[in-house]
Amino acid sequence: MEILMSITVGVLFMVGTYLILTKSLLRLVLGLMLLSHGAHLLLLTMAGLKQGSPPLLGEEAAYYADPLPQALILTAIVISFGVTAFLLVIAYRTYKEHKTDDLDKLRGSADE
Amino acid sequence: MTSLHWAILAPFLLAILIPFFYKYVRQIHTGWFVLVLPLSLFVFFLQFLPITSNGGVIHETVPWVPSLGINFTVYLDGLSLLFALLISGIGSLVVLYSIYYLSKKTESLNNFYVYLLMFMGAMFGVVISDNLIVLYVFWELTSLASSLLISYWFHREKSTYGAQKSMLITVFGGFSMLGGFSLLYVMTGTFSIREIIEVADVIVTSPLFLPAMILVLLGAFTKSAQFPFHIWLPDAMEAPTPVSAYLHSATMVKAGIYLVARLTPVFGGVAEWFWLVAGFGIVTLCWGSISAVRQKDLKSILAFSTISQLGLIMCLLGLGSASLYYGYGTDTTMYTTATLAAIFHLINHATFKGSLFMTVGIIDHETGTRDIRKLGGLMSIMPITFTISLIGVASMAGLPPFNGFLSKEMFFTGVLNAATLDIFNMETWGLLFPVLAWIASVFTFLYCMIMFFQTFTGEFKEENYDRHVHEAPIGMLISPIILGSLVIIFGFFPNLLSYTLIEPAMAAILPGLLAPNETFYVNIYMWHGFNTELFMTIGVIVVGTLFFLSMKKWAKTAIYLRERDPLNYVYDHSLVWLVKGSTKVTHIQMTGLLRDYFAYMITFLVLMVGYTLYRYNAFTIDTVNVAEISPYMWILTFVFIAATLSIPFINHRITAIIVVGIIGFLLALFFVVFRAPDLALTQLLIETVMVVLLLLAFYHLPELRKEKFTPRFKMTNAVISVAVGVVVTLTALSAYALSHTNNMNPISDFFVENSYDLAGGKNMVNVILVDFRGLDTLLEVLVLGIAALGVVTLIKLRMTGREDV
Repeated sequence: MEILMSITVGVLFMVGTYLILTKSLLRLVLGLMLLSHGAHLLLLTMAGLKQGSPPLLGEEAAYYADPLPQALILTAIVISFGVTAFLLVIAYRTYKEHKTDDLDKLRGSADE
Repeated sequence: MTSLHWAILAPFLLAILIPFFYKYVRQIHTGWFVLVLPLSLFVFFLQFLPITSNGGVIHETVPWVPSLGINFTVYLDGLSLLFALLISGIGSLVVLYSIYYLSKKTESLNNFYVYLLMFMGAMFGVVISDNLIVLYVFWELTSLASSLLISYWFHREKSTYGAQKSMLITVFGGFSMLGGFSLLYVMTGTFSIREIIEVADVIVTSPLFLPAMILVLLGAFTKSAQFPFHIWLPDAMEAPTPVSAYLHSATMVKAGIYLVARLTPVFGGVAEWFWLVAGFGIVTLCWGSISAVRQKDLKSILAFSTISQLGLIMCLLGLGSASLYYGYGTDTTMYTTATLAAIFHLINHATFKGSLFMTVGIIDHETGTRDIRKLGGLMSIMPITFTISLIGVASMAGLPPFNGFLSKEMFFTGVLNAATLDIFNMETWGLLFPVLAWIASVFTFLYCMIMFFQTFTGEFKEENYDRHVHEAPIGMLISPIILGSLVIIFGFFPNLLSYTLIEPAMAAILPGLLAPNETFYVNIYMWHGFNTELFMTIGVIVVGTLFFLSMKKWAKTAIYLRERDPLNYVYDHSLVWLVKGSTKVTHIQMTGLLRDYFAYMITFLVLMVGYTLYRYNAFTIDTVNVAEISPYMWILTFVFIAATLSIPFINHRITAIIVVGIIGFLLALFFVVFRAPDLALTQLLIETVMVVLLLLAFYHLPELRKEKFTPRFKMTNAVISVAVGVVVTLTALSAYALSHTNNMNPISDFFVENSYDLAGGKNMVNVILVDFRGLDTLLEVLVLGIAALGVVTLIKLRMTGREDV
């Protein structure tokens, strides 16, 4: 399972990288979203995906899934949501001001 | 803090006060306040003469950064005292001269004297410091002060050019020197010159010996204007003449000489030192004297003359170091003559070159030009200046009965002795030294004649000058008269210096050569019979005169007409090339495209991680500890990967957004499968909000909705992306495998056992978030808050009337 997930994470990173290397601002935001998905999945995978009960003590199981990475991922999800939302608004405002979302056209002037 | 420490710091302290004198006591020339200091310092240093001439030294330490071995240690022996007397003595004369040279009405004297005092203090620091780092600090201060003084008339383009050039070259040398000092510290564990000399035999065997020597010599050569670093000195002539006289003939350029002399006991006695110092010295001597002949400007002639004389002193120091090879013995006295000549000429050069610069300054001041093609016939108009010039020039040319003659004879003795050496390959190359020295002397004689006769003899042409030409005021003449008198006094009574100054300085340069209570034999005679040296001098005079008389014939040759030193071409072009090259490099990499910078970063990351994996053979894969894959997981993963892979091929923006949303929901499904209910919940909610936000933002941009986007395929991007994917996968696999081989147990058992007992909660994830690791959550809330504020600010607040928002 971990091997399969590692490959999945690799695919997420691959597509994410490809998207942030293209020139559309929207695709850049999408690429960053995919990269954060990849990171979250990687966090979960690295802790081991052995079968076990969800980390709820009420289950009274012999073996629980590791709760720590889940807590870490939860924090990461919220933070990346905040950042992505902010980025999205910046992209929106950039488009409003410059009437383009082409990164090639959004270059600083030569003397900057 | 002893009196010596205060003597070094006194010029700096006075420099602080100078602007006040300048501002509040306008009726008195500020120079008079300055003059007191070098004069009293000169008297102060004179009282050490009895101590050092008896072989005594003063050694006092004030801690500065003791933990790094950096202490403000003063050390006064014969060599230091000689330099200190030169600096304070000539300093007094130069200040006196500058009082009459610089007008108190038109010049900003506060700047001038602050810089000059700063320089003077730094120079004292260089020659009296025992600690290499302190020496370096003062060394750089002299470079700084020198550049400030060169650009004193900063509205002239040439002045700033000269200042920049001297700064670049001397600071380059200074940095190399610092490197050399660091290496010395690595070898010996101390910065104290005294202690380094004591362990000199350890240094010689060290592999760092040669690099340290070369780095230190770079510093000395750049400062002392040795070939090929001499090019800054002629351009430094844009400074006011008192500055040229003080810094660029008598003191600063001798800092390099001082350093070589000071470190001779450390490095001397080996072939490399001998050849580098003596070789570069003699090349500089020839190059400088030949270049001086071509100059048309009096100060340029003097600049190149200074270069060549510095080369002469440097060469003699190199030759003298041979005596260290033999150690103490009867046959060494022959080679120490070179060191003796170096010190003697050092003093002589300071006297005659100082007076010559001052007379040139007077000529410039009174006639308005320094061009030898315009000058002429000043003999009867400026009789006193003429007399002083005659003495200075004759001494520089090496004519009896002036002191230059004596040092030149000793120089010839030194090179002739060197030719008889049978070490360091001197059997084969030794003859080169007397020959080159003789040629250089001929040219020296020639430029001295040109300088003298073109200025003072011939016809006086009134129309060449823009003012009424007359003799300088007496105040301006005092300093050159004193220096000129010294030239004669040292010429007739050289033994005034022998055992007071020269012998202690020699003992400092060549320590350990003498048995206790023994002194070098340094009697200098005016007349020493008919010997080879005398015939060489006669030859110089005859050939030089012949050259001068036939000047009309060769004065048209191309080499003679070309005034600029050809090495300036190299310097100027390498600066231009440096600017062009760096601009080009910057333009190539700084494209202004965000994608390119992303590509650089990602590529670098991939290469670094990939190389590390390869280099340490770190890739392992663990198939034992992995969980088994349930059948539906195959389907879920397949759909997930397919959805992800399809995104780059989607043309329509809205579709792309929706597909990304689908990936998010599938991720939530993964979380469900992997038993993370809280994660699944959060992911589901957030993905929904995200998709709504994306759709909202781009739905409300009507132009964009219509505009169809056709993604272009780029091979480089694809390669980089695939590489990222592969590297991430490999790293993940290896990391997972390694975490099992290293038998690391997760700390999560603690949470499982204690969630209920310690925190009273059964949902372990939530307990971790708000109890065990509550701080993370607090700051995460802060992040969300800031993001929300940022969003509101971006949408609500708009700057109007600005081009960029």
